[in-house]
Amino acid sequence: MTTSLLADLSIFVLALLVGFEVISKVPSTLHTPLMSASNAIHGIVLVGAMLAAASANDAAGYVLGFVAAAFAAMNVVGGYAVTGRMLEMFKRRPDPVPAPAPPDGAGLLGSGTGPGPARDGSAGQGS
Amino acid sequence: MSTLDFVVGIVYLVAAIAFVTGLHLMRSPATARRGSPLSAGGMVLAVAATLAKVANDGTISGTGWAVLGAGALLGAAVGLVSARRVKMTAIPQLVSLFNAVGGGAAAVVALMDVIRLTEHAGATVAGRTSVASVLDVLIGALTFSGSLIAAGKLQGWIPGRPIVLPGARAVNGLLALAAVGLGCYFMSGAYDSWWLVGSLFGALVLGITTVLPIGGADMPVVISLLNACTGIAVAMAGFVIDSAGLIIAGALVGASGGILTKLMADAMNRSIPAILAGGFGTGDTVNAVAPGVTGDVHPISVEDAAIQLAYAGKVMIVPGYGLAAAQAQHEARELAELLESRGIQVDFAIHPVAGRMPGHMNVLLAEANVPYTQLKEMDTANPEFPSTDVVLVVGANDVTNPAARRPGTPLSGMPILEVDRAQRVIVIKRSMGHGYAGIDNELYTEEKTGMLFADAKRGLAELAASVKALVGA
Repeated sequence: MTTSLLADLSIFVLALLVGFEVISKVPSTLHTPLMSASNAIHGIVLVGAMLAAASANDAAGYVLGFVAAAFAAMNVVGGYAVTGRMLEMFKRRPDPVPAPAPPDGAGLLGSGTGPGPARDGSAGQGS
Repeated sequence: MSTLDFVVGIVYLVAAIAFVTGLHLMRSPATARRGSPLSAGGMVLAVAATLAKVANDGTISGTGWAVLGAGALLGAAVGLVSARRVKMTAIPQLVSLFNAVGGGAAAVVALMDVIRLTEHAGATVAGRTSVASVLDVLIGALTFSGSLIAAGKLQGWIPGRPIVLPGARAVNGLLALAAVGLGCYFMSGAYDSWWLVGSLFGALVLGITTVLPIGGADMPVVISLLNACTGIAVAMAGFVIDSAGLIIAGALVGASGGILTKLMADAMNRSIPAILAGGFGTGDTVNAVAPGVTGDVHPISVEDAAIQLAYAGKVMIVPGYGLAAAQAQHEARELAELLESRGIQVDFAIHPVAGRMPGHMNVLLAEANVPYTQLKEMDTANPEFPSTDVVLVVGANDVTNPAARRPGTPLSGMPILEVDRAQRVIVIKRSMGHGYAGIDNELYTEEKTGMLFADAKRGLAELAASVKALVGA
């Protein structure tokens, strides 16, 4: 029991240190998705709710088990869904914009060559 | 320890690695998208392993399975639907809602365990379990009610202004004493779960009375802090039921949430104790006037603003909360694309706290398909302002106020976007109302600043139409 408590405390403290270390490097651009992502991670309480509900055997236990499972599942599923939706938007320039760019460039070149002969022609007329 | 328990323990470890690596990938926008699925994969593994363990242990009754399944399905459905339907501007309150239920679940888990341990008269609870369960119940319940109030304030169901009741501080002190006192009494050997229930209710009320006096402007920092608290509550639940998986994930969130809270508070030039003291951020009252504000503002017509934009070489758009509130991110992107098609260099300068919380504006603009390479952070944007022809400020106020550079104003010391160093400034704003700091913006009275009084959405759309008419596009 003492060694187990000691082991748990060590895990707790080391995990805290990992948390500090990982987050101190994140740009503010990503703070909102990050808060949402860490919010989803504490949805692991669903595991706790499952283990607690497994030993419920009376009405009070079932009611509390239902509440814990519903709350925890909402936290974890909603948390990951909304984080995914946010991050899905962090794309590089979407296709419609760069794709027309080369044709546009080609078009400009084309129109550039278009007046070219005309100018030659006018030059020819002028001379 | 049976073989299955060992395997389950290993799976929790793998899940923990997935959580840490997932957060690690969020260091850059380019890899951030891979972080969330990885983390979610770890979560699925952990839940699957727990299912196997529960089935193998065989202690769960048929009713238990039904209750667990029904609860989980209902919660998952509600979470999924609300996450799919939410507008990106409402993200902060949804995160707060998910945080509330997470904290509530953590508190209930500890309560269930204590009820089970104390169902026979004269039962005792091991020291670590009683201490951890009291901490879990206190923090979890406080987070639950506090996060609900925070979400309600941002959603507008509860007035965003600080609600300060007479004697509130004394009441809070008494409530905290009562909640902690009942918890201590429980720990001291009165192993009756009703003491813990009393403690839980005390913490629930304390959560409400603590968050109500805090203004809406500070709410994102409060949500982040409560998010960290939920992490700690979950870690405590891990101590109660002796699960390393919960301890690791909870501590990870507790620490990262704590750092994030500090970063947010710093970016808003607010201290966490001052935020918790409440009463700040009334938003619409005049409680101070920055010294040195002289002269009048110069209104500018849509047509004049369009001419300035259409013939600029380099334009910087500074979006703020007003843009988010008006849902004008798509109009901003359309105007930016229109100007770019004329060969103008267009970038967005994002203050760390633009929008409702740090990084929120990036999400809103990303939703409108603005590529993140076009979003400049403050440190990158500031050196570029002197070479910028026109800065278009849309619904941003305090974060552009040059008064922040001088000591002695409520904004002093806050890092700002130095838009006043650009050649010309156009400000789209509904009125001369103040930002959260409640002071005049000296930018608005400068000679180079033109004020375009309009709602952000309409103003941007009219500007785009006017630019189009001007260049015959």
